[in-house]
Amino acid sequence: MIEVLSAGALATVQDLGRTGSLNLGVGWSGAMDPLALAAGNILLRNDENAAGIEIPVFPFRVRFARSTVFAVTGADCAPRLDDRPILPWWAQCAEAGQVLSLAVPKKANWQASRAYLCIAGGIDVPLVLGSRSTQLRGAFGGHQGRPLHEGDVVPIPGPGRQARSGFGLIPPGLVLPFEADGVPAVRVLPAAEYECFTPASHDALWSTPWKITPQSNRYGYRLAGSELKPVRPLELRSHGIVPGVIQVPHGGQPIIQMRDAQPSGGYPKIGTVVEADLWRLGQAPIGSHVRFVRCSWDQALDALAETRRWVANARRLVELHCSHGGSDD
Amino acid sequence: MISERPRISLLGTTALLFDAPGETTLETQCRIWALANEMGRLPGVQEAVPGMNNLMITFVEPPRRLHEIQDRLVELWTSVEPLPVQGRCFDLSVTYGGEGGPHMADVVTHTGMSVDEIVAIHSAPIYTVYALGSHPGYCYLGGMDLRIATPRRQIPVLRIPCGAVSIGGDQTGVSASEGPSGWNTIGSTDVVFFDVARTPPALFRPGDRVRFKVERVVR
Repeated sequence: MIEVLSAGALATVQDLGRTGSLNLGVGWSGAMDPLALAAGNILLRNDENAAGIEIPVFPFRVRFARSTVFAVTGADCAPRLDDRPILPWWAQCAEAGQVLSLAVPKKANWQASRAYLCIAGGIDVPLVLGSRSTQLRGAFGGHQGRPLHEGDVVPIPGPGRQARSGFGLIPPGLVLPFEADGVPAVRVLPAAEYECFTPASHDALWSTPWKITPQSNRYGYRLAGSELKPVRPLELRSHGIVPGVIQVPHGGQPIIQMRDAQPSGGYPKIGTVVEADLWRLGQAPIGSHVRFVRCSWDQALDALAETRRWVANARRLVELHCSHGGSDD
Repeated sequence: MISERPRISLLGTTALLFDAPGETTLETQCRIWALANEMGRLPGVQEAVPGMNNLMITFVEPPRRLHEIQDRLVELWTSVEPLPVQGRCFDLSVTYGGEGGPHMADVVTHTGMSVDEIVAIHSAPIYTVYALGSHPGYCYLGGMDLRIATPRRQIPVLRIPCGAVSIGGDQTGVSASEGPSGWNTIGSTDVVFFDVARTPPALFRPGDRVRFKVERVVR
């Protein structure tokens, strides 16, 4: 068990998301930064899809009820185990009774806003419709279908796991940077209504920064920037959409659909942030800016292959280290 | 956005969207259901998700060459036999206007009709569940009278309650849980549309029919 001593708003249990229930109106959920969750699980020799805790608001503190191997990935929140500073992106061992504290993310070498607490064996909540992710809108999955509160006791598997501690990974934010004119960027494929927007809107989309407003969350990022205008007003039939879709409501300020987005919608779609870059967006802090970079289908697949290679390489390094009897710390 | 030929577009590298040609009709929807059954069986397709006269195909893994699946979609669209409607019929009691219908005034302004006229027109048809989507258990209903069609809101609202009966463009539906929405809420009902402990969890299936019974009108 781990006991939540203090949690800001919206710390949730997430795995890599729920598929197969779109026909019931059930969207994806899942980690906003799937690379960080997968990396944490790889460090612990878990399945990449094992559930962890996504933490977007700090400080956050938990007590381990028994000795546990764990890792904190995502944003660098200056983690401390009791009073001792520990490394993020590192397999760590906690003794029974020790307290892990995470602080507001440092303005570190990589820009990030969400931390992931991963546990050897994964957070042990039941699978609901094939996933352990919290479905906030439907109030199911994760820990009782809701964010974690102070005093919650979250189940974790018993001892006897194969995890070891004492090694780490370099965050992908450091080794896979992507920027346009010094601003963090994401690749975008034009979507169905792209051609319906004015040339000035196209210019603004590709060449100006977009601010992530405070009205941004796991459902979607509401952006502020130049007004995007269709040549004439568009009213569409409702249709399936996916995380990454950039909708433009009639007000002209775009909204990027995120992991808790509705799986269908009807606002015009000017583009879609490609799957390979959703982890970057998932870490973009409120108030920061993002640039959109137009890409081709092949470039989007190449970018996806690059993130897959990063994950496969991380897995290979960890297994290599552990099979050579890498020492515990 | 009505076209004469089917349109296929990208949703990033995650999915394709197929939009049927012509006006929104039940006959077209029956073909969409048939197309969804066929596409859902193809290797490489994770889910085939009907919308309103359209279909989203999500990939297990995005293919390098897109044209094969695009060609298949168009080919199947011209050859499938529409699936007949074999739904059940449900009556839903609705309180129109007032606190549970905060955007009724916007529909009045847009249509130039009175609250009573809007209620009479909205509660007259037997609607067909075209598709589930938006959030767990939500259904998109086809068959709304175009006289009360009202554009989606300029800016979506962050929270509408469970059971909200709303209009978005020429569509209508009932929200199954509290959450954000860009539609105009004109009334409320208290049916439980989704329960994960039930099998199946969603109350409605595509092809079911729904009638709105006027319980009360708050003017």
